[in-house]
Amino acid sequence: MSRHTLSVLVENKPGVLARIAALFSRRGFNIDSLAVGPTEHPEISRMTIVVGVEDRPLEQVTKQLNKLVNVIKIVELGPESSVQRELLLVKVRADLDTRSHVLETVQLFRAKVVDVAPDAVTVEATGSADKLEALLRVLEPFGIKELVQSGMVAINRGGRSLTDRALRTVAS
Amino acid sequence: MTDGQAQVTGAQALIRALEELGVDTVFGIPGGAILPAYDPLLDSTRLRHILVRHEQGAGHAAEGYAQATGRVGVCMVTSGPGATNLVTPIADAYMDSVPIVAITGQVPTSLIGTDGFQEADIRGITMPITKHNYLVTDAADIPRTVAEAFHIASTGRPGPVLVDIAKDALQARAAFQWPVQLDLPGYRPVSRPHAKQVREAARLLVESRRPVLYVGGGVLRARASAELRLLADLVGAPVVTTLMARGAFPDSNRQHLGMPGMHGTVAAVGALQKADLIVSLGARFDDRVTGKLDSFAPEATIVHADIDPAEISKNRVADVPIVGDCREVIADLVVAVQAEYDAGRRGDYKTWWQTLRGWQETYPLGYETPADGSLAPQYAIRRIGAIAGPDTIYCAGVGQHQMWAAQFIRYEHPGTFLNSGGLGTMGYAVPAAMGAKVGQPDKTVWAIDGDGCFQMTNQELVTCTLNKIPIKVAVINNNSLGMVRQWQTLFYGARYSNTDLHSQRVPDFVKLAEAMGCVGLRCETADDVDATIEKAMTIDDQPVVVDFVVHQDAMVWPMVAAGTSNDDIQVARGLAPQWDRED
Repeated sequence: MSRHTLSVLVENKPGVLARIAALFSRRGFNIDSLAVGPTEHPEISRMTIVVGVEDRPLEQVTKQLNKLVNVIKIVELGPESSVQRELLLVKVRADLDTRSHVLETVQLFRAKVVDVAPDAVTVEATGSADKLEALLRVLEPFGIKELVQSGMVAINRGGRSLTDRALRTVAS
Repeated sequence: MTDGQAQVTGAQALIRALEELGVDTVFGIPGGAILPAYDPLLDSTRLRHILVRHEQGAGHAAEGYAQATGRVGVCMVTSGPGATNLVTPIADAYMDSVPIVAITGQVPTSLIGTDGFQEADIRGITMPITKHNYLVTDAADIPRTVAEAFHIASTGRPGPVLVDIAKDALQARAAFQWPVQLDLPGYRPVSRPHAKQVREAARLLVESRRPVLYVGGGVLRARASAELRLLADLVGAPVVTTLMARGAFPDSNRQHLGMPGMHGTVAAVGALQKADLIVSLGARFDDRVTGKLDSFAPEATIVHADIDPAEISKNRVADVPIVGDCREVIADLVVAVQAEYDAGRRGDYKTWWQTLRGWQETYPLGYETPADGSLAPQYAIRRIGAIAGPDTIYCAGVGQHQMWAAQFIRYEHPGTFLNSGGLGTMGYAVPAAMGAKVGQPDKTVWAIDGDGCFQMTNQELVTCTLNKIPIKVAVINNNSLGMVRQWQTLFYGARYSNTDLHSQRVPDFVKLAEAMGCVGLRCETADDVDATIEKAMTIDDQPVVVDFVVHQDAMVWPMVAAGTSNDDIQVARGLAPQWDRED
């Protein structure tokens, strides 16, 4: 099993997320993470989907996704050639005895504290999945009260734009 | 009024759009949510609406119409149960790539999501079984949406498209503009094959020793039969036609080995299994063709041509993938093979043909005449094919009679055998035959149905009678769910759990036919078969139902048991072919 990051440009129309989620479900593909949001073009949304598959099923995933009429373009983003980020919000137990240790850890990871309570702090961190995992491992001993994490978003390095190229294909 | 364009209701726009798209027939049933559309329909001189008796019938009729004409079939029903009754034919059309457009009424926008009366989320329900679907809530979107639906249904790999229209959108007024600009940035089907890949396929063909042209339903959808004959003539390789492709290549052609698959001929199954090159044209390596996948055609190099890229390497990995329309692929292949010949390279298949001819002679299709004097179902079906001839459209249900119709009727022309291949929908035959007859009124249409299937959808014979659609129905009545019974005989120790239908006793199919305004005939012996069929052939102004009372224990052979290897095909129970017999 290997993980692949797919950037999927879709028409910003009702039901598109349902179509994609349902396709994964009925074809037996695994979604590790999914994030969706607007792009610089109001008529286009962008999904970043992390799938866990063998090589050949990945080809099936992209081919089946491409068959969806609302899907405009699919690109696989390599871990080296793209910037990949997730957002983590975590509420860590922190009383007078441990708070300074927690804050030190937060600083080491270049994360930040976004809320403080007498018995806990809430930490916001962005980064690759690996970095966030490492942060959590270090915070774990203090006691994690609550945790929420976004799906991964990713963008290619360099000056070229995926959406521009996709739109040009559409126009031609 | 804007831009001088006439304001019309959404309902009027819908009917106008259908007219502009060249639709001549709509199969349907009105109901609350779709009612606004039925009002302007009354005034249309270009649309013939055929009022069916069940929405499933409307869907299959649209499929039959589409398969017999190559045009988009149209059905129209109301929201909720009307729409959900279309689910089966839509799924059927999806599996068999049949171009249909289903129009459903939806509850008014203000009620959507409130569990309103007759509300069902048909767009959500049909997402996995349509090529695409729409929910329209604005009257102004109706013309473009309908035009897009027809474009999507009929281009690329054809399939069903559903357009769900909220009742208030049908009632609201908007400007009507035609033609419309399609807005489908994500829909760009590829039809031109890659020249390099085609040349590679041609090279493999002339280098191979044991090639097979594996022809699927895509050849029919692409209307590529003429091109296929050219290619087959030029190459001289054996041809097999799948269940969905029967008629794509003439059965009378000496290169045709028949149908491969679970109930295919030994020669066709063996040819694929022992091939060193399989050129798949519009076929999809379905489990019913490959048998146990990892033992399928172990020595074969695979050329896989399909208009749907997702079919290529889905089941069996393709060595040479070709994405494109079958007609263009085959036409290009003819040129590429000719170029190989011109360069002095040509395949030699003499030894291969000797082997194949040996299998054909030793293991022809056949059946046993029942010892108790009862009628062999295969005989009745064979005689229908012989008497009605190759210009007739045959339309099968699902089960034993379907397999016999595929085996024992000789097909010469494309579009003359319609059946439910992928989904295996019992009840397909009667409404699909009705749709085919509407699309091809000058052709004789025979539904070959089973007694189980017939009892699922026979009420459409009422529709046929009232609308003067004189189809002929052969009910191959073996008193049971025959194919299921066959599996019980073979795999469940002859324990016949719930497969006895008692349909040689109840209902009386002759009386049932007569009650629906059809001519009812019955045939119980081989001696009466020809006379009965000939009598049915003389009746042109009424539907005819023939109750062929046949032997209960007839079985479909050959057979590759589900999940086993094609190597283990049985010619008859416990009888395996000798592959390596030297002649």
